[in-house]
Formats: sequence, C-alpha cells, structure tokens
Amino acid sequence: MAKIPISFKVNGEQQEMLVEPDWTLLETLRDRMRLTGTKEGCSNGNCGACTVMIDGRTACSCLVLAGEADGREVITVEGLADHGHLTALQDAFIKEGGLQCGFCTPGFLISATALLKRNPDPSEQEIRLNVAGNLCRCTGYDKIVRSIQDAAQKMGTRAAN
Amino acid sequence: MTTAFIGKSVRRTEDPRLITGKGTYVDDVKLLGMLHMALVRSPHAHARIKKINVSRASKAPGVVAIFTGADLQGQLGSLPVGWVLKQADTHTKYDMKAPPHPPLAFEKVRYVGDAVAAVVANDPYLAADAAALVDVDYELLGVVTDGEKATKRDAPQLHTEAPDNTCFEWDVHGGDYEGAAKKAQVVVKQKFINQRLIPNAMETRGVVADYNTGTNQITIWTSTQIPHLVRLLFAAVTGHPEQSVRVIAPEVGGAFGSKLYLYAEEIITGMIAKNLARPVKWVEGRQENYLATTHGRDHITYGEICGDKDGTITGLKVTTYANLGAYLSTFAPGIPTVLFGLMLSGVYKYPNVSCKVYGTFTNTTPVDAYRGAGRPEATYLVERMVDAFARELARDPVAVRRKNFLPPFKNGRAVATGVLYDSGNYRAPVDKALEMFDYKAFRKEQREARGSGKLLGVGFSTYIEICGMAPSAVAASLGAGAGLWESSTVRVHPTGKVTVFTGTSPHGQGHETTLAQVAGEHLGIPMESIEVMHGDTDRQQFGTGTFGSRSITVGGTALVMSLKKVKDKMRKIAAHQMGVPAKNVIFEDGKFYVEDIREKSMDFGTVVGEAYNAKNLPPGMEPGLEATSFFDPKNFTWPFGCHIAIVEIDEDTGQTRLKRYVAVDDIGNVINPMIVDGMVHGGIAQGVGQALQEGAVYGENGQLVTGSMLDYAVPTAEDVPSYETARTVTPSPVNPLGVKGAGEAGTIAASPAVMNAAIDALAHLGIRHLDMPLRSETVWRAINGAKAAKKAARSATATAARSGRKARR
Repeated sequence: MAKIPISFKVNGEQQEMLVEPDWTLLETLRDRMRLTGTKEGCSNGNCGACTVMIDGRTACSCLVLAGEADGREVITVEGLADHGHLTALQDAFIKEGGLQCGFCTPGFLISATALLKRNPDPSEQEIRLNVAGNLCRCTGYDKIVRSIQDAAQKMGTRAAN
Repeated sequence: MTTAFIGKSVRRTEDPRLITGKGTYVDDVKLLGMLHMALVRSPHAHARIKKINVSRASKAPGVVAIFTGADLQGQLGSLPVGWVLKQADTHTKYDMKAPPHPPLAFEKVRYVGDAVAAVVANDPYLAADAAALVDVDYELLGVVTDGEKATKRDAPQLHTEAPDNTCFEWDVHGGDYEGAAKKAQVVVKQKFINQRLIPNAMETRGVVADYNTGTNQITIWTSTQIPHLVRLLFAAVTGHPEQSVRVIAPEVGGAFGSKLYLYAEEIITGMIAKNLARPVKWVEGRQENYLATTHGRDHITYGEICGDKDGTITGLKVTTYANLGAYLSTFAPGIPTVLFGLMLSGVYKYPNVSCKVYGTFTNTTPVDAYRGAGRPEATYLVERMVDAFARELARDPVAVRRKNFLPPFKNGRAVATGVLYDSGNYRAPVDKALEMFDYKAFRKEQREARGSGKLLGVGFSTYIEICGMAPSAVAASLGAGAGLWESSTVRVHPTGKVTVFTGTSPHGQGHETTLAQVAGEHLGIPMESIEVMHGDTDRQQFGTGTFGSRSITVGGTALVMSLKKVKDKMRKIAAHQMGVPAKNVIFEDGKFYVEDIREKSMDFGTVVGEAYNAKNLPPGMEPGLEATSFFDPKNFTWPFGCHIAIVEIDEDTGQTRLKRYVAVDDIGNVINPMIVDGMVHGGIAQGVGQALQEGAVYGENGQLVTGSMLDYAVPTAEDVPSYETARTVTPSPVNPLGVKGAGEAGTIAASPAVMNAAIDALAHLGIRHLDMPLRSETVWRAINGAKAAKKAARSATATAARSGRKARR
C-alpha cells in the first residue's frame, strides 16, 4: 500500500508526514510522534482512554485513521498545559484526587476540557453524561466529577473577574 | 498530636507526571530493534491439539520466529502455584491436586484463550496477521463451565490428576453447627450465586523483555503488582539465574488483583527475547485480556443460618463450589479458602460456623484474587443471610445486627472460625452511618412511594475484612508458599535528601505520596526532599508487593523501622559531637536538641554531613546513613464498617438505580484522607457494579459471551451516584502506625448492601431472594412472577372460600 501524505496540527505544531493508510491516529501519535500520553485501553471505542480533540470535538483516536486527520487540528493531553503551567482542570484533578493509576486520566482530561469549552457551567448530571464515554476503574468517578466542577467554578470566577 | 504530614490530604507527588501524559507504562517502553509478539490462542474451550502447522505463518511478511509449546517445552517448567493446600493443615481433606500448567499448551487446550504458539514479527500488526495463519488441528472435547456441575460424575474431565475436576476439599468447623441448628427456633436456607467478574484494569497487561548477550541479563518490564515475586518465579520456571533477571514494574494502570501472578506471557516474552537476543514486546488487547487475565469470584453457595426468635443468631453453614477455571493461577487456592472460609464469622458472636469448599476445574479462564479476594464472597453471604434471618423474624435488620455484634475490644478477640481479630468496635460505624442517614424518615418515604410505581429499599452491610497480608508463619501454615513480610530501605544522601525504597509495588494507590508523608513526618523534612522508589528488583533487595491492603500496614511499618534506625544513628552522632549521652538527645522540628538545654542543637543536614564526612563519628561507628528493615507482622489487620445503600426500582420496568450510598469505614489511623476516600469510592463502584450490572457469562460451549467492556458492562459515571463517606477510628494494635488498610473495603461492603436494599424494596411483594447482577430483566421477571403468584394465591383463596360457602350451604 502506498503511503499517503498528511498535514495536520498537533498541539499547536504543524506536522507533515507520510502515513500508511491503515495507521490509526492513536498509533500515529504514540508510535510515530512519541506522544505516548494518549493511551490504548480497548482499541474498539469502549473505554475512551485514547480520547483526543479533533477540531475541538472529542474522538476515540483508536477509531480514527491517521489519514482522516489531514488538515485538522488535534489536541492531546500533552497539549493541555501551557509551557508547564497546568490548566485549571489539571490542577483540579490533582487537588480533588481525580486520578489514581492515571491510565484513563488523559482521556478524561480531554473530554472534560471539551465539555467546559462548550458548557462552562455544567450540572453534575451533564458532567456524568459527558464523561460516560470514558471508563475509570479506580476512582468510582466521584472525584473526577468534583474535579470538573471545581475547574468549572475556578474558570467561571476567573472569567467574571 | 500535631503532625506535619500524617493525616493530611496532601497532593499526590505522582500526579504532575500523570496529569501531563508523562507517566511511562509498559506500552510506552520502546527499545531499539524491538520485535512484537502475538499469541495464537485456542478458540475452543476444550480440545486435544493434534497438529500445529506454522508453515503458512512463517512465510508471512515481517515474521522473525514462531514458537510452539513443543518448541519451548525443554526450556520452561510448569507455571507454579504459590498457595498449596496440604492435608497436614487441619482444614484440608487431602493434598490439593495441582496439574501441570504449561506456559504454552502442547497437548490439550482447556479454555478459550489458552495460548498454543507465539509469533514474533517486526511490527504488532504483522505479528497478529501471521498468528491468524498458524494452523492448529484440534480434536474437540466435552466442555464444562459450571463449578458445581464440573464435580458430577458425567462431567468432562479437564486433568487426569484431578478426578471429578476437584482440586481440593477444604473446611472450617467452629463450634457445632448441626447441634445449633437442631436447637434453633429458626433456620433459613438460601442458594447464592456470586457471579464471575472480570477485573478490568484500564491498562491491560503487557511485557517488554530485553536480553544482553554480554552480561546474560534479562530485563523485563511488566505491568505487575509483584516484581520481586515475578523475578523469583521466572528464575524458578526457566532456570535463568535470579541475579541475572531484572523485573521492572513501571507505571501500572490499575490491577485489582489481576496482576498479582506470574503469567505465561512474562515467561514466554522473556525466553523468546533470550532465544532471539532481541527485545520483544507483547501488549495484551482488551478482548485478549478478557480471556487471558484472571477473573474473580464465581462461587455457587448453599447457605444456612440459624437462631432464635429473639433475634439471636447461633450459627452459619456454608457449602461452596469455587470455580477455579482451567488451571491454578498463582494464588488461586488461597482465595476461596483462607480468605473466604475464615471470614464467615463476620462481626458477630455466633459460636457455630461450618464451611465446606470444593475448588473445581472448569473450561474457563483461571480465577484468582480480584479486589477483596474471598472477603467479598464471604461478606456477601454473611450480610445477606443476616438480612434473610431478620426478615424471617420480621425484625429490623439493624437491630438484629446490633444484637449479634461482638462487643468492642482493643487487643485481640478470637471468633468461631478460629482467627483472631485485632481490634474492633462494630457499633461505632453503624451509629455514625445512622447520623448521616435518617432511617426513620426513609421508612416513611418508602411506604409512601409504594403506590407511585417507585419501590424504594435500604440495605445495610456491616462488614469486616482481613488485611495486612501477612504474618508469614501463619500464612505458611495455611498454604502460602512465600514469606509475606515487607522491606524498606531509607537512604539519606549527603545533601540531606532522602530516597525511600519500598518492596511494595503500587498501581494507583499513591504510595509515593503516602510513604513520603510517613518519612517526612519522622525525619522532619519537607516531602519535596524525599523520593519514594518502588517496582524495580535492581533497586530494592526484595519485596512482596502490593495486594491485600498490605502496603501501608506491612510496608509502611517496615519504613518506620528504617526511619527509626536512621534517626537513632543520627542521634548518636549528634550526642557524640555535642558531648552528651545519646539518651539525652531529642529530635524535634528537624533538629537534634540536648534535652533541657534547647539552645544546644544540630540540625538534620549538619548531622547528615557528619555521617558522610566521617571526621568525628562515635568510636566504632560506620560512616554513611542508610538503613534497611524487614517487617513481618504478628497478626493480620481487620478493618470494618457500615455501608448503607438506598435503591429505587421502577415497578414497571424493573430498572434498579442506586440513589444514595453512605459508607462509614474503620481502617484505623489514616495517613492521607483524600487517597483513602478515593480508594473507598473506587471499591464501592466495583461492588455496586457487581450488584447491578457486571458479570462474565459463558456459553455452554465455553465461549465468553461478554467479550467486550460494553457487553460486560463496566460501570460508567452515569451508573453510580456520589458517595457519602465518613470514618470511625479504632487503631490496630499490630503495627506502630495503627493502620488497617484501605484498598478493598468498598468492594467488600458494597454488593451485599445494594442487594439487601433491592430485596428490601421488593419484600412486600413476597420476593425473598435475587442473584446478582440486578439487570432490569431479572428484576422485572421477579416482580411479575411475584405478582402472578399473589394473584394465583388470591384466586385460589377465593375459590376455596366459594367452595367452602357452597359446602356449608
């Protein structure tokens, strides 16, 4: 199979590369670009550990072919913090204990980041609905929900000031 | 007592790397020239391997090598069992049957997923493609998946070494149950199925192995809870010298017991790397994980509880068929015996306990520890049967529990199963939980809701568990094949920074933080000056690992011992240099003071410097500052608590929703409340998951029907509520920290609480029992069945009344 050229933005940086037609976006990020923060938990879209943002919308990167990312903008967990400054959401996860083993965390951070962009003041129910595509086996979700609420509140306060 | 770190919810030191995607898990390890392995797994549950033909596969693109079970037979022994039940122990009827467990099957396959060949290629896809081209000629054999049916005479036999598919018969007899039952005014009997569960760590297993031909060193990165035991067992199985094996557990993405063993893949990957002198990687796919990584629970139990009409329980009897799967996993025999049968006293006084367990082989994935491991199964029975007993007497379940609780004790109490609890105050968490939950108001709300189609129910679970594995001699007498102590090393560097090495091996529990809190507290230095190292056999001499809520109770105590040794040495150096006896020197706020003369002091850093420059040490003292300790506890620890679940059942659809969950746990002293809360939450979610939706289902042919996370129904954020947690504190007398362990309480307590709540919601319809999971269909059928039965009974009564009237006429 002939490789196909793609050009896309990853975490703010323009990337040009040749990819095999059957490479997933997940393996392209992890194996070709060494962005291993995005995790593979099931490779069939059940668990959400590989969630990334593509043009502002969340997607399981295990279900997206690299070729489909051509011309788009992808954000992974590595692209959230700005020069080492954690986002309010990342800080809230640490403060509230929103992570334990950390394997599902990158996916949750991406889903919650997308949610808060869309809806800066989500209810508990909206939060639970919006992260229901991400599975976590350690936390029982309570502290993840609280982390997202805490971040929403901080971001709201900051916006109001 | 004011503390600097202990008891505080300090932020986890692990988190900055994990929150930015910088954690290194096994699949993130990439070595130069690394090959990829895929396993050929049996699609049949039971079959004889007639022939394996690799010629098509070996011609496939990218393939480097293919190994079958026969190829490696000479290099590999059987996978070992680390828990051996012997007749010599009073509980075991005969020496258990431990049939061989080849890492790659070569005569027979015994479950869907049993590996028969390994294909190594340049890339993971090519390896998987080639694996599909390996032709295996199977002769199909009969299949049995049910742990009780397996013992029947006509059942297909898995191993010639184990007639009737029975691995062991194990029992406990405390008091005289049969006598008690004869005298009892009430006996309640019930069959329970504790369904098979799949642990579902978010990270599947994975192994990277590298071999250095120059040094003969094999390095294995593996997602495990027990790196040192993996090294030891790897050496035992392969004959490769232990000192030339290095096992590294990098970040481990959850485990819950499923990474507590030596697995075939660790051996196969390591030995193929050695054979090819190339690094080899194997990462388990999720569907593969469902087949090849151990499952949990799977008990069929016949239970009986007896007592008097005043609510006094006098005895409990249990006969259990524990499905062990196709082969014995490393600790499998210990789970449904020691960790189950010995827990059947619960928190109660009843003096008579009788328990018989049959461990059986079936054509299913091996079963071993899964979060709680034996205690959830025991607690489920005890707490459900106590409820059934109360219901039979039409008494309040809380009142019956209170009546039968063991009275408070601080230092040791023997119970009917023969074990010695450490400390307990079982009323305290109940009192606290009932402060958080208005029981009286709920009963009113429950009655009022009945007409509206919403059935409310409340369930209690006053659990106890066994943690702090373990006093080695006691565990050995019960079958443990290894010592269960723990080690630590505290190395104070010349600059005053500290490295703590621990033999425990965390996978989400935050040990780097918790142990640094303990070290910081003892040394009076900031946590930032302390680094905690774990999970590498080249760094720590030996360690047992992390399981059974043992890390802080056993590993934490080993750390305290090393910290004390370091401080003692520092005290001697300071005393020598200040010219006073060591007994007059006290350590406070990071300084060594001469008692009563507070102006005279040496700070921590200065004393460390003196230990290293060695210009003026007490006569005979060795320079440097490092201490190693090994701690073997005198007893287990026994956390307990009271969990309350409130469920709402839709009368028309049977849909069961958990509305509220109150958990009061007593795990002794707490080092980091935020971490403990998180572990309790996660445990509850797993217990609730078992009660409401999870379950591994096999077809008659031995195919795993619930083959994906979606089919298996791992709970999502929408399936569980927010949890209300609190604690009572009854310190353990068996370790200096007074800790009991926190990792499993939630899972142990939750399933019976939820199930008791569901039965409470449905009891007025005449429903006395349901098995887990409470999927809507199960509940809907039960409701409709009960209503139909009531209607039939009413019309039968009416008919009888009519015919009675007729007869009178």
